[in-house]
Amino acid sequence: MPSSTPGFAMLDARAMVKRRLGLRLWLSGGWLVVLVVAATFAPWLAPHNPLEQDLFTSRLPPFWMAGAEPGYWLGTDSLGRDVLSRIMYGARIALVVALIAGTATALIGATLGLIAGYFRGWADLVISRLVDIWMAFPPVLFAILLIAVMGPGLVSVIVAIIVIDWTRFARVVRAEAMAQGAMDYVASAQVAGQKRLGTMLTEILPNVLPTIVVLLTLEMGIAVIVEAILSFVNLSISTDFPTWGGMIAEGRTSVHQAWWVLVFPLATLFLTVLSFSQLGEGLKDRFDPVLR
Amino acid sequence: MSAFLSIRNLSLVLKGGPRLLRSVSLDVEAGEVRGLVGESGAGKSMIGKAVLGILPRSVEVVEGEIWLDEVDLLKLRPSERRRKIGATAALIPQDPLTALNPSRRVGPQVTDRLVDILGWKRADAQARALELLAEVHIPDPARVMRSYPHELSGGMRQRVLIASAFAAEPKLIVADEPTTALDVTVQKQILHLIARMQARHGTALLFVTHDLGVVSKVCGSLAVLYGGLVVEQSPVRDFFRQPAHAYSRALLAATPKYTDPMAGLNPVPEAVITAVQAEVAQADASWRNGGWRHD
Amino acid sequence: MTDLYTVTDMHLSLADMVNKPLFGSAPRIDILHGLSFSIKRGEVLGIVGGSGSGKSTLGRVLVRLLEPSRGQVLFDGQDITHLNEDALRPLRRRFQMIFQDPMSSLNPRRTVGSIIAAPLKLHGFDRISVRVDQALDHVGLPRSFRTRYPHELSGGQRQRVGIARAIAMEPEFILADEIVSGLDVSSQAQVLKLLADLVADLGLTLAFISHDLSVIRRLCGTVMVLYQGRIVEHRASDALFAAPEAAYTRELLGAIPLPDPDQPWGAQAG
Repeated sequence: MPSSTPGFAMLDARAMVKRRLGLRLWLSGGWLVVLVVAATFAPWLAPHNPLEQDLFTSRLPPFWMAGAEPGYWLGTDSLGRDVLSRIMYGARIALVVALIAGTATALIGATLGLIAGYFRGWADLVISRLVDIWMAFPPVLFAILLIAVMGPGLVSVIVAIIVIDWTRFARVVRAEAMAQGAMDYVASAQVAGQKRLGTMLTEILPNVLPTIVVLLTLEMGIAVIVEAILSFVNLSISTDFPTWGGMIAEGRTSVHQAWWVLVFPLATLFLTVLSFSQLGEGLKDRFDPVLR
Repeated sequence: MSAFLSIRNLSLVLKGGPRLLRSVSLDVEAGEVRGLVGESGAGKSMIGKAVLGILPRSVEVVEGEIWLDEVDLLKLRPSERRRKIGATAALIPQDPLTALNPSRRVGPQVTDRLVDILGWKRADAQARALELLAEVHIPDPARVMRSYPHELSGGMRQRVLIASAFAAEPKLIVADEPTTALDVTVQKQILHLIARMQARHGTALLFVTHDLGVVSKVCGSLAVLYGGLVVEQSPVRDFFRQPAHAYSRALLAATPKYTDPMAGLNPVPEAVITAVQAEVAQADASWRNGGWRHD
Repeated sequence: MTDLYTVTDMHLSLADMVNKPLFGSAPRIDILHGLSFSIKRGEVLGIVGGSGSGKSTLGRVLVRLLEPSRGQVLFDGQDITHLNEDALRPLRRRFQMIFQDPMSSLNPRRTVGSIIAAPLKLHGFDRISVRVDQALDHVGLPRSFRTRYPHELSGGQRQRVGIARAIAMEPEFILADEIVSGLDVSSQAQVLKLLADLVADLGLTLAFISHDLSVIRRLCGTVMVLYQGRIVEHRASDALFAAPEAAYTRELLGAIPLPDPDQPWGAQAG
């Protein structure tokens, strides 16, 4: 490291260490891309109509087992519907819920958290009390109550997730904004004469963004789970449309005759939720310039 | 092997990165106070950490020997090494605030080592701790033993840490910038205390600091580091009268003194930095050709 | 010379949140106890004291990051003691601050260029890009540093960015709060030299807060010694260092370890 000017000589040795290759970023991102493609192009990619029942092909095993039929890669359920096609169509619901519910939750929760954490005072008092009270309700009961009032359906599921989970964002972002607010660069912006709202948006927000991104991906995983749970208990969209939760519920009843009806959607669900959480951590590792 | 602590050709690397220490050799005799001086990133703290076996996970020893009390620490199994270091050496850390566990009372934190590593009885350890707290001039030691760290001032906490370092009568203490976080008036008291304790107990002291003023008061000899390379080792008197290395001279000239309004006016000249960096590069080149290859 | 700052019987107390009762307001702790002094235009004032002396608090009052609870602070004849943020905004360009920890005072997610440019934009400066370059030139950083992020710089370089941000505003007064305490001696010497040059070239008034009298000796024409929120001594440097009057000043000086093994540095009780 030849260098001429004295002060420029000793760059931090840590800067020279190569960033760890983001293996988990690639794995988790890869799985989610596959899922998004499968969901988006399901009408063209899915080998069968997910709703088509055919009792002649009921409970076919997956392709590598004896008695499998070509074209039914992951087998069929007791009504003869193709499991792979149903998983692909189910991904549409799961991803739509993850995307809309996750983003909306993040927007609402992070905004309130940012305001409470940076402006403090009355704003903080009101928002923090609201969060405290909100969190005292049992969340599952809350969700079921909400859906009972609104009626089952995709919109209800999304609203339920937002209403329950915004507090998670609000709390974490508030704490982070408070910590950042105590840093000297915020005082420095004040010395420069910047207005409070401007400081919040240009100084604080970029620094809490990584936290929000990690929370957002976690929230998307949670949204997928919640949707699966609600469709498992039949409170999501109508039963004929394939959802992972609904498939798991049906598969459960015939697990001894046809385990694949249960296992494949369950594994997909598991991988998806895992990928969401790993994606967040991986993104943070990769793109956070201030990693120490 | 004569010296009590003898570091031979020690090289450390940051995993996947450059060398942090470049074939450092250093002897500390029993009862000697040796200063390790250098700017941040010079590797002075790494030497102390290597001796105590508390290197960060990201740092690796690639070659060298650390002889402590006739044993090469690097040849021992980890559990043996910990036992050997625990029985022979101790640390006075830099930050008295984070070095004490905030959720535990002070007393057990002083006696833990005696009980866990040396197998003392709890009551004996308790008595010894009280005695030591009195020795470091802590008023009402019994009450301090029952306090939590946040109830003590910075100077008091540092006294507790000094007491706890001396508790097991170690033969070597590594003091890592022990007064950097303190006010000058408190620093003076603490330095005097360390010097007094060191003399009374005959402990060898490896004193890591960036402050040449502190070195001149506490140490008998010193080693100056730049970029993980020892550029000069001298007795303190010789060093301040006639520093041998150009970099040492430049460091001294850059240090401000209130007795001289013109001191501290001289940034380390570019030529000196270039020369000392060339030395570092030279050391690396001969090291690579010396048979041991690092990929 | 005229006075840039005139401070009269200034008190400051903060809420003690540690001892706040569950209901009702927190008790107040007095940090500064009636300070009166003035800073002349072109003066380089060193403010020294131990931790808890209130030196940083005093500094933050001068740039009105804190509001005094009593007394008066005049900046260039104008009373800024209780001005609100809107009224202060036009004045803010004229008094700037350099912070102790350059890592936390530079937004880690912004480039050096945008860090220096942001306050200029707020105050409607023209030719911002040129001014950023000039500021970098002034502090001896290459212009290519505009695209760097703070974490890519060394401690001394970061502190230069902090200085560049302050001087780009062409202020009359700069408050420097312990700006070299985190630096190595070699970068410390560079930053001090830079600051001395800038003060001379730009005709700045500077208040330099430090715990280190050696550094203050190097830089400041007058020295104010604070102890527990009170001024114990405030005199010209030469006079103060030649014959310190206050007992606390003598104690401070006596505690400094000079890089000289022959300095008498006798033990004291404690």
